Amino acid sequence: MVASDTVITLKGSVEIVSEFFFAAINSILYQRGIYQPETFKRESKYGLTVLTTTDQGLLTYLSSVMSQMESWLTDGDVQRLALVVSGIDSGETLERWQFNVSVDNGTDGSVEISRAGNDENKSHNVIKDNIIDNKATKMGKKTVKEVHDEIQAIIRQITASVTFLPLLNEPCSFDLLIYTNTSAVVPKKWADSDPCYIMNSQEVKLRSFTTSFHKVDSMVTYKEKDEWEL
Amino acid sequence: MTSNVVDFEDILNNGFSDANTSVRSGVRARWERKNDAEGCSSSSDSRKPPLGGLSDRFIPNRAAMDMEKCSASIVSSAEESIGDRTDSEFSEAEEDTINSVASDLSEYKSSLLGIDDSKSRILSFAEKAPAPKGDTVNNLQVLYSASTSSRKNKSSTKLVSRHIPSAPTRILDAPDLLDDYYLNLLSWSDTNVLAVALSQTVYLWNAVTGQIDELCNVESEGPDAHISSVSWIQEGGGHLAVGTSWGKTMLWDVRAQKQLRKMDGHTDRVGALSWNRHILSSGGRDNLIINHDVRIAEHKTATLSSHTQEVCGLAWSPDGLTLASGANDNKLCLWDAAASSSSRPRFELTDHQAAVKALAWSPHERNLLATGGGTADRCIKFWNTQSGAMLNSIDTGSQVCALQWNPHEKEILSSHGFARNQLCLWKYPTMAKVKELEGTLLVSCTWLRVPMVPLSFLPLRMKLFVSGMFLLHQANLTLENVVLRMSLEEPRAKSSLVPCTFARCLWNSNINNSSYA
Repeated sequence: MVASDTVITLKGSVEIVSEFFFAAINSILYQRGIYQPETFKRESKYGLTVLTTTDQGLLTYLSSVMSQMESWLTDGDVQRLALVVSGIDSGETLERWQFNVSVDNGTDGSVEISRAGNDENKSHNVIKDNIIDNKATKMGKKTVKEVHDEIQAIIRQITASVTFLPLLNEPCSFDLLIYTNTSAVVPKKWADSDPCYIMNSQEVKLRSFTTSFHKVDSMVTYKEKDEWEL
Repeated sequence: MTSNVVDFEDILNNGFSDANTSVRSGVRARWERKNDAEGCSSSSDSRKPPLGGLSDRFIPNRAAMDMEKCSASIVSSAEESIGDRTDSEFSEAEEDTINSVASDLSEYKSSLLGIDDSKSRILSFAEKAPAPKGDTVNNLQVLYSASTSSRKNKSSTKLVSRHIPSAPTRILDAPDLLDDYYLNLLSWSDTNVLAVALSQTVYLWNAVTGQIDELCNVESEGPDAHISSVSWIQEGGGHLAVGTSWGKTMLWDVRAQKQLRKMDGHTDRVGALSWNRHILSSGGRDNLIINHDVRIAEHKTATLSSHTQEVCGLAWSPDGLTLASGANDNKLCLWDAAASSSSRPRFELTDHQAAVKALAWSPHERNLLATGGGTADRCIKFWNTQSGAMLNSIDTGSQVCALQWNPHEKEILSSHGFARNQLCLWKYPTMAKVKELEGTLLVSCTWLRVPMVPLSFLPLRMKLFVSGMFLLHQANLTLENVVLRMSLEEPRAKSSLVPCTFARCLWNSNINNSSYA
């Protein structure tokens, strides 16, 4: 974790984004009742109590996805992350949480090249260096605290989402889809997937946050109720 | 050959004349062609929205669109129709149209979806997450039952079997009671004694014997000095905390009628008090909450500063682990019992749109807190204080002054100020109205008014709700009311509280009050 008063570097930004994803995914899994509430533990994060899973299998899954996510984020290959909730029996997609990641170019890219220690990363950052001057004044001034405040707002919105999202009336499972650039290096364990869109969906845009390098938008789409009831 | 050309031009003309036909496609949509085939291609028909007349407009749904497929089918159908003709029939203009169709589509696609799908891969991890064990859905059901079951309950008229009278059984005269939303001037002890602050004096009314005592008077502190809050210690009814307009918090031994100590710390009036065993929390107009340990000389154990305006609501949870505070800055804060002067609140909940004064912890469920907002908000909100999640929110239509849970039933009573001054009993969690006592009762007596004072609760055999109007909720589950009367036009001598106290309500003769006489 980067100290709260320093400027965020690329590596720090990747950490923040993936930490946010982890917290957001856990919050969704808890709030939407996809896993049993007893399997979650409280953790103080972003000035909130965030519930994170203690289920070993789920943790293993999340950490493998997150570590791959981090390496793609460092390479700037991630376009978005989608958490798809679907009914186990019906197989139908019921909810789709989407986090769009866009790369903002910030300062300190050159500093980070050596630290990231990855060839692809280097070329990526070299390109970035050319653009830095334009944006240097605007970006890069944000502290971790400010970013955390923005993240706090999103997590809070996820928590509050139970007030408008329809009840998941059947046992559900979830899947994580990562949208990457076509140029991204894809390990063997990863496979192409369909986007799992929802028919007859409603869309609610949630807040977004930015670090010096990344901008993350979030939204949730959910299946509209079958009948029109008032 | 010529007829073919005319036909094509016809199609183009139709396309341009019809507002609903995409000008870009130059080829009519499938539903139109279908209409043609069925011989119902009158112009009015073709103007119908494509969604089977469900609504008067078509709202595109990005998530549900398979843009790739759409573009593919449109482009290929365009090519098909072109393929029917010989090359000589192509004018350059037509070819342009077709090209622009393709480019428009891809532009559309990227602008709609934000990202061009052709430039991204959708990947998922081959090893899927473990499936959840057991039936996990039911846990959330309770959150949702509120709205659905309240909807159902609207049809069923019978919510409670017991009788809830709508008339007061007792009126207490309360001259000079300050009409100020931010003050907490009533407190009911577990020994059945009501403490009321009437401007400069604190009176005690014993609900069992009917005895009235004047506990303290602050006249000596100056003409503007007044009592701004009173609060009984949790158990025993031996001690009363009194907050004052000049920032001091007094502690009184009621049996000895003696002031035990005076605690400072606030620079302005103390409008809210709450006990947690030996800890007394006080909230003031100076935005601070101070925890006093009343047993020790250095009584100030913590100064909690998070609010930016006057603190008007304080409530310790029944388990003594959490302090809820509400203030005029519209914020609800939850503090851990161990909070020190440097700590931040566990949660700062900003969902209310007005001052938060009414706070009530559920006696039935741990970590369930009900809060009510002021006039601009008018909502009662329910919180899970562990997660900070808002469980429910209902608009009551009036300023919420106080909330009180029924310890026997899952019910909550709310008292309201502006606009309707009503008293309302709700079922929880459905939040169906069990009973609403409207202003009519009060308006019928012109000198009656619901003062904006809070409820407090008597947890003994005789169960009481207190508000500006008191409701006695007895163990036999009838609800009796006592009204605290404010005489506004003619402030009486303070001693008149005594004879007026037991004036029985004339309109309520059917309730046996012998136990109070």
